[in-house]
Amino acid sequence: MTDPGLPDQWDDRVAGALAFLRERLTGDYEVDNFGFDRHLTDGVFLPLLRPLYNQWFRTEVFGVEHLPKEGPALVVANHSGTVALDALMLSVAVHDETSARRHLRLLGADLVFRLPVLSEMARKSGATLACNPDAERLLGEGELVGVFPEGFKGIGKPFAERYKLQRFGRGGFVSAAVRTGTPIVPVSIVGAEEIYPLIGNLRPLARLLGAPYFPVTPTFPWLGPLGLVPLPSKWLIEFGEPIPTVDFVDSADDPMVVFNLADQVRETIQQTLYKLLDRRPDAFSS
Amino acid sequence: MGRYLGAHLAARLAADPRIERVVGIDSTAPSSDLAAVLKDVDVHQIDLRTPGVLRVLVDARVEAVAHLAVTTAVDQHGGRAAMKELNVIGSMQLLAACQQAPRLHKLVVRSSTAAYGASFRDPAIFTEDTEPREIPRGGFAKDVLDIEGYVRGFRRRRPDVGATVLRFAPFIGSTVDTSLTRHFAAPVVPTVFGRDPRLQFLHVDDAFEVLHRSVAESHPGTFNVAGAGTLTLSQAVRRAGRITMPVLEPGLGIVAGLGRGTVSLDQLDLFVHGRVVDTTKLIREFGFTPRTTAEAFDEFVRSRRSGEALPADRIRALEQTLLEGFRRTRAARAALEAGT
Repeated sequence: MTDPGLPDQWDDRVAGALAFLRERLTGDYEVDNFGFDRHLTDGVFLPLLRPLYNQWFRTEVFGVEHLPKEGPALVVANHSGTVALDALMLSVAVHDETSARRHLRLLGADLVFRLPVLSEMARKSGATLACNPDAERLLGEGELVGVFPEGFKGIGKPFAERYKLQRFGRGGFVSAAVRTGTPIVPVSIVGAEEIYPLIGNLRPLARLLGAPYFPVTPTFPWLGPLGLVPLPSKWLIEFGEPIPTVDFVDSADDPMVVFNLADQVRETIQQTLYKLLDRRPDAFSS
Repeated sequence: MGRYLGAHLAARLAADPRIERVVGIDSTAPSSDLAAVLKDVDVHQIDLRTPGVLRVLVDARVEAVAHLAVTTAVDQHGGRAAMKELNVIGSMQLLAACQQAPRLHKLVVRSSTAAYGASFRDPAIFTEDTEPREIPRGGFAKDVLDIEGYVRGFRRRRPDVGATVLRFAPFIGSTVDTSLTRHFAAPVVPTVFGRDPRLQFLHVDDAFEVLHRSVAESHPGTFNVAGAGTLTLSQAVRRAGRITMPVLEPGLGIVAGLGRGTVSLDQLDLFVHGRVVDTTKLIREFGFTPRTTAEAFDEFVRSRRSGEALPADRIRALEQTLLEGFRRTRAARAALEAGT
């Protein structure tokens, strides 16, 4: 029996789910200019990722106060793990750990937008192509923008090189931040390196498929689809102190300024990674 | 002129006291229902590709030319060759005539957001100065790029003429009949599997308003003209009460061909990549904000209620039924538990 004094939880849930389905079926939701579907992200994507974030990876987050409550910031993180689960987990962290429930707008490689299904999911979850016009527009609209400057070099590196930051490309992300005067928040993610330890790369197969690499892990492709289950490593995510860029607004095209800032961000992330690794003696601890 | 857009713009301009006289040129005579619209317009039936055009421009001492003879899709009789002939050769000849018209000081050219092409490496939102990454595959998009190329040449040769290029998003409205609006007419709408492109529309009445202001006022430059915001294709299909049928990309043309209309490469590119443009420049320069894409589309949907496969009110009714059923079952169980 339900207590009439208490809110009826099951009634709310069923009514909410039915309303959600009706809104989906009649197209009664908003999509922003980038294709971000908040309705679907909050209603489906984030709830699907949460068990992975909480129970499977037991993610712990530090320094979330460094994210602005409102207004723009460029969130720059290390990239690893063969499959870009770290981007998804970072999105969950930003949304669930901030009181304002902010959404991280990820910048993705063009490969993501070339592929069917993946491109659709990426746009709906708020991602867009990693290019300066999009980054600057999002920052100009006051969004939190997430970027992984290592790109495929970071995500597809062998397990032996884990937690060694790769080169940061041309630092395009820095010029986007500088041009809009947006602070850069360096983020260090520990845990993603162990989910699919990359022990080999079948280059000919990768070239055949047009992929940047074809991973061989202890479980993939040997165990077939079972090999796609990520190993349950322990995750730590630390948001570092914001690095202001307002002083450089006039020198967004100066390669020296861009390079120095990129290097500062890279160093901060690398040092924090070592610190976090000390705090986590065992990759699969609880 | 002989078609919907030209005839109605001409009629609007004729009703504007600021404009003394409106001359209409088309290669075909206006249809009987448009002839009534054109009663105050001086209609000349001339092929754009003949010298007759220049004679009309000089004789009538034309001061402003609005070039709308740009067709977006292949029609039944002429095929792609006729479409290109009209779009590219027609524009070239008309601009050549304009160049020699002594009193001309304003040129308005209809273009399209298809000028941005379609590529997965494109930024999400196009501003007027975004260059296309790849030469588009679609015939219409290629024509648009050619036409804009001619306008650039014209601007160089006649710097005294203010040229306005309007890059329109696809038109929509109760009176619009294009391959895109026909696409939304079938109960089941084919889409590309794994893609949900962002679409933008422009209400055709807002297109008239912008064209009218371009002719009557002075706004030289290139402008995106679209309803703000976006709808994804699946969202638009659902709002129209239709059902999406995802088809693998190479099969879309065949499937759509089985129904009525065909899907051109232009449309296929749009259905894969989508297209959203920034209209800040238009709003600032014209002081006019078109209806948003969602508003324009909803108005279109309201005007075409027939053939809905999934009407919103039926879904709402089903939701209510399910919810009431659930509540009744629980109440019954609670009563049963209380009884024992």
